[in-house]
Amino acid sequence: MSIFRNLTKVDYLVILLCIGLIFAQVWLDLKMPEYLNVVITAATSPGHSMAEIWSNGGLMLACAISSAILAVVTGFFVAQLATRFSKSLRSQVFSKVQSFSSEEINKFSTASLITRSTNDITQIQMTFAMGMQVLIKAPIMAIWAITKIVNTSWQWSLATGITVAIIAICVLVALFVTLPKFRRIQKQTDEVNNAMREDLRGVRVIRAYNAENFQEAKFNKVNDNLTRTNLFVNRVLSIMSPMMMLCMSGLTLAIYIIACYLFNSADLLGRGAIIGNMMEFTSYAIQVVMSFMMLIIVFIMLPRAITAGKRVSEVINTPLSIKDGTVTSSTERGTIEFKNVTFQYPHAEAALLKDINLKINQGETVAFIGSTGSGKSTIINLIPRFYDVTEGEVLVDGINVKDYTLHALHDKIGYVSQKAVLFNGTVRENIDFGEKTNHQIDDSQIMTAIEVAQASDFVNSKEEKLDAHIEQGGANLSGGQKQRISIARAIARDPEIYIFDDSFSALDYQTDQKLRAELRKHTKDATVIMVAQRIGTIKNADKIVVLENGEMVGVGTHQELLKTCPTYQEIALSQLSKEELENA
Amino acid sequence: MPRMNKMPPTQKAKNTKLALKNLMKYCRPHWLIIIIALIFAIGGAVLNIIGPDFVSKIADEIANTLGKIMATGTVIDIDLTFIWQIGLILIIFYVSGAILNLLDGLIMTQVTQRTTQRMRKDINHKINRLPLGYLDSHSYGDVLSRVTNDVDTIGQTLNNAITTLVTSIALFLGSIIMMFVTNWIMALTAIGASLIGGFIMMLIMAKSQKYFFAQQVSLGKLNGHIEEMYTGQNIVKVYNDERKSKETFDKHNKALYTSGWKSQFLSGLMMPLMQFVGNFGYIAVCVVGAALVLNGWTSFGVVSAFIIYVRLFTQPLSQMAQAFTSLQSTAAASERVFELLEEDELADESAKSLPTPEVKGAVEFRHVRFGYTPEQDIIHDFNLKVSPGQKVAIVGPTGAGKTTLVNLLMRFYEVKSGEILVDNIPIQDLTREQVHEMFGMVLQDTWLFEGTVADNVAYADPNISREQIVEACRTAGIDHFIRTLPNGYDTVIDENTSISAGQKQLITIARAMVQNHPMLILDEATSSVDTRTEIVIQQAMDKLTENRTSFVIAHRLSTIKNADIILVMQHGDIVECGTHEELIAKENGVYQTLYNSQFQQAEEN
Repeated sequence: MSIFRNLTKVDYLVILLCIGLIFAQVWLDLKMPEYLNVVITAATSPGHSMAEIWSNGGLMLACAISSAILAVVTGFFVAQLATRFSKSLRSQVFSKVQSFSSEEINKFSTASLITRSTNDITQIQMTFAMGMQVLIKAPIMAIWAITKIVNTSWQWSLATGITVAIIAICVLVALFVTLPKFRRIQKQTDEVNNAMREDLRGVRVIRAYNAENFQEAKFNKVNDNLTRTNLFVNRVLSIMSPMMMLCMSGLTLAIYIIACYLFNSADLLGRGAIIGNMMEFTSYAIQVVMSFMMLIIVFIMLPRAITAGKRVSEVINTPLSIKDGTVTSSTERGTIEFKNVTFQYPHAEAALLKDINLKINQGETVAFIGSTGSGKSTIINLIPRFYDVTEGEVLVDGINVKDYTLHALHDKIGYVSQKAVLFNGTVRENIDFGEKTNHQIDDSQIMTAIEVAQASDFVNSKEEKLDAHIEQGGANLSGGQKQRISIARAIARDPEIYIFDDSFSALDYQTDQKLRAELRKHTKDATVIMVAQRIGTIKNADKIVVLENGEMVGVGTHQELLKTCPTYQEIALSQLSKEELENA
Repeated sequence: MPRMNKMPPTQKAKNTKLALKNLMKYCRPHWLIIIIALIFAIGGAVLNIIGPDFVSKIADEIANTLGKIMATGTVIDIDLTFIWQIGLILIIFYVSGAILNLLDGLIMTQVTQRTTQRMRKDINHKINRLPLGYLDSHSYGDVLSRVTNDVDTIGQTLNNAITTLVTSIALFLGSIIMMFVTNWIMALTAIGASLIGGFIMMLIMAKSQKYFFAQQVSLGKLNGHIEEMYTGQNIVKVYNDERKSKETFDKHNKALYTSGWKSQFLSGLMMPLMQFVGNFGYIAVCVVGAALVLNGWTSFGVVSAFIIYVRLFTQPLSQMAQAFTSLQSTAAASERVFELLEEDELADESAKSLPTPEVKGAVEFRHVRFGYTPEQDIIHDFNLKVSPGQKVAIVGPTGAGKTTLVNLLMRFYEVKSGEILVDNIPIQDLTREQVHEMFGMVLQDTWLFEGTVADNVAYADPNISREQIVEACRTAGIDHFIRTLPNGYDTVIDENTSISAGQKQLITIARAMVQNHPMLILDEATSSVDTRTEIVIQQAMDKLTENRTSFVIAHRLSTIKNADIILVMQHGDIVECGTHEELIAKENGVYQTLYNSQFQQAEEN
C-alpha cells in the first residue's frame, strides 16, 4: 500500500533490527523445550540426579526471562516505529489537505477528511504495532519449530503441519468472507446515522404531520440491514475461538498417541528418549498454535486497518486540481479582469457561469447581486483560486491568476467569507492571522482594523482586550461579533483587493452602513469586490453587476440599473418601497 | 482465544452497578437463552478441565511401560487399545466442548446483536415521544453518539464480556480444584508462580494509565486543530496561514508522538508479559514435577496433566482482567443509553376520546401563561381571539421567541396555565395527533428527507395521489423545476441533489398544500433565500393562506401589512398587539421603530 512509502531508511533498519530480535526470541522460546526434554528424561529414567533437573530448570527460566526482555525491547522499537509512522503519515495527510482546493475538499467532505486524518491513522498505528510483532513472529515460529521436529520424527511434524494448515485455512476463509462485509457495516452504520439525524432535525415537521410511524418504519429498515450484516460477521468470528481450542487440544492428543506408536516401533535405547521428546515436541506444537492464535487477533484488526489505509492513501494520492504558478510580482495594482470566463463544477451538467467579461479598476467598489444559484459567490471564488475557471481567464494586476504563486496571489487579497470563520485563540491571533510578504501587523494596526470594523465596542468591553479568548469557531461570540472580527482580519492585512462574500448580512443595517463608510475612508485606493443580498448594502457601489443563471444581465450604477435592468428592478422592488426607490 | 487488546482508557460509568443492572433488565426477554448459553459455556469449560486427567493416563501408560522395561529388561509394548480407548473419550470431550463453546458464541452473538438492534429502535422510538423541551436543550451530536458509538460499544463488549467472564471463572475455579485434587504441592507451585506473574502485570497496567490519559489529551488537542483548520480551509489558504498552521500542527503532532509511543509501548507489553507468566508457571510445574517424579512422590502423568492445567489457569487470569475492562465500557455506554431511554415521555393520551372536530378556525388564547423553565415565565397572561380565516402575524427581532406561540399552538410545549381553544374546544382535551391534523405547517428550516420528491410532498400519507401532488406543486410554482430534475417527481433527494434553499422551501409549501389542513402555521422565507425567490415563495404562501386561519412568523414587515392581527414580540414577550395602522401610530413603539429601520431587522444577538 502506498502509505508505506513513508517509511525512511532508518525505519527499515529498525524493522530489520526487530526481525533480528524476533529471531532471537524464537530461538530462546524454542530452546526451552530442549531443556525440558532433559528435565523430563532425568525424572523418568534411572541414573539421573536432582542437580540435573535444577540446572536445566534454571536454564529454562533464563531462556524465558531473556525472551521476555527481548520482547520488551522489540516492543519498544516497534512502538516508536509505529507512532513515528503515524506521525509522519498524519503530517503528510495534513499538508496534503492544506494544499487542497475547494473542489477536493468537497469531494471528500470536511468531516470525512477529519476522520481520515485522525481516527483512521490511529487505527493504522495500532494494527501496525501489533502486526509488526505478531505477523513476523508467527511464520518464523511455525517454520522453525516444524523443522526442529522433523529431525526426530516426521510424524509429529506432519501432525503439527496439518493443524497449522487447518488454522491458516480457517483464518483465510473467515477473512475472505468478512472483509467485504466490514465495508458494508461502515456504510450501513452511516445510513442508521443519517436516518437518526433526519429524525432529529425534522422533529417538528414529523410531529406536525403525525409522521412518527412513517419515520420509524424507515429507521427500522436500515437498522435491520445493519443488524443482519453484523450478525453474519460476528457469527463467522465466533467459530474461530472454539476452533482454535479444538486444534490445540487435538494436536496435544495426536502427539501423545503418535508417541505411543513411535515407542512400540523403537528399539530399547530409543524408547528411553520418547517421553522427553514427546514433552519437547508438545511444547513446540503449542508454541506454533499459540503464535497463530495471535495472528488471528491481527486478522480481526486487519480489515478495519486496510479500509483505513485505503481511505488515507486516497487522500494522499488525490491529484491537485490547482497548481502553483511562478510569478511573484506585478506592475499593476488592484485591477481585476474576467475574460470570457466560463465555469462548470466537475460532474455538473451545465455551466454555472457563462461567458463573463468584466474589467475592474484600482480603487473601484464592485458589487455582485443576483438570486440564489445565480453564480455570484462562484465568480468571486475564482479570484483567490478556490476554484479554477473552466474556460477563459481571470487576470489580477494584468497577470493570469494561474501564473502567480498562490502565496503571492493571496498576498494581494483580503477575503471575508459569508459565514465568519474564527479560530481558537485570542482576538489578536484571530486578526493577525496568516502571513503576508513584507507585512508585519502591530497592535496599533489591529486596533485601527477593529475600529473600522465597528468591533471596538465589544473588544474594549472585554477585560483582556486583544488577549480576550475566542473559542473554537467563535462559539463565545454572537453572529455579528464574529463577522466584525473576521472583517477586521481582512482590514489589518491591508490588501490591494478586498473580497466580501455576502459578509454584511449578519450585521444589522446601521452597523452595516457605518462599517462600509469607515471602510471606504480607510481603504482609499483598494479595490473592493462584494456579494450582497441587500440593495441598501450595494447602492453606492461604483459598479453593480447583476447576475442571473450564470450570465451577466446588467452592469452599472444603482440609478442606471434601476432604469435599464428589469432583473435589478425586481430585486429592488422586493426590498424597498416605491417612494424609497424614487428618493434614493 | 485471547481477546483483542482494546485501547484504554476505559470510560467509567457513574454508577456501574446500576448501569449493568439496567442492562440485565433490558436483556430480560433473552434470559432463558442467555442461561442456556452460560450452561453451554460452563459445560465447555468443564470438558476442557477434565481433559488433562485423561491425558495423564496416556502419559502414565508410556512411563509405566518404560519403567517395566527398565525393571525387567524385557521389551514390552504399550497397550494401544487402551490408548485408543482414552484417545476416543478425549476426542469426544474435545469435540463436544468445541460444539458447546460454538453454540454459546452463536447464541451470545444473536442476543447481543438483537439487543443492540432493539436499543437503536427504542432510542429512535423514544425520540418521537420525548417532549421537544428535551430535544431543544440537547445537541443532536449527543443523541446521535448514543445511537452509534454507545450502542456499538455495547455490541462489541457485551458479547465477549459475559461469555469470557463465565468461561474464565469456570476454567479458573475448575483448574484450581482439579490441581489440588491431583497434587497439592504442584498445585501450590502453579498457582504461586502464576500469581507472581499476574501481580507484575497488574502493576504495569496501573502504571500505564497516566500515559494513556496523556495520549488522549494530546490526541484531543491535535484533533481540535485539524478540525478547525479543515473547516476554515479557505480562510487559512487565502491568508497564507499554511506555514503557521502546519507549525502548530507539528507541535501537537510531536506531543502526541511523545505520549503516544509510551502508551503504545505499554499496551504492546501485555502480550509478551502474558506469555512470560505462562512460561514461568510452566517451568515451575515442570521442574518441581520432575523433582517429585525423581523422588517417586508422584507420577509422570501428573506432570503432563499439570502442564495443561497451568495453561488453563493462567489464560483466564488475563482474560478476566480484560473482561472486567470491557464490562466497564459496557456499563459506561449503557448508562448513557438508558439515561436517554428513561427520560420522561410526553403524557399518555390514550384516554382522550373526543372525536376530531370539524374545524372552522376560531382560535382563542385565554389567560395563557408559559415559560421554558419552571422558574421563569415569558408569557404572563396572554389573551387573544382570532376569528375564522383571519391572518395573525408574529414579528420581532431574531431570538425574540416568535416560535414560542407556534410551539404552544402545536402543543410542542404545554402551557403552564390558561388554555388555548379551537372552535371553543380546549386543545388540551384533544390528542396531540388531533391537534396536529388541524394545522398545516411550513417551517423556516426547510426539512426534506431522503426520498423521492413525490414522497416528500405526500409525506407519510399514502392516500395522496400523484395528481394531487402535481397539482400542489403547480400551485406552489415548483412543478416546472421538478420536471427538469433527472427523474422528475421520482428523483431521490439526498445530499448530492442540487436543490436550492428556495426550491426546498417551495417543496415544503407544496407539502402543506397537499395536506389541506384547516389552519396554517408559516415561518417565512429564510435569509439564505434571495429576495426574488422570496417573492415566488410569498405568492405560494399567499395562495396557501386563502380562507384559512393562519399564523405567520414574519421576517419582513412589508409582507404582513395586510394581516388582521400583528403580534410584536421582544425578549420572549408579546409587547404589542394590533393592526398595522394601530401599531404604526404608536409613538416610539417597538413596531414603529422596527418598521422605520427600513424593514431591516436587527440580527444582533
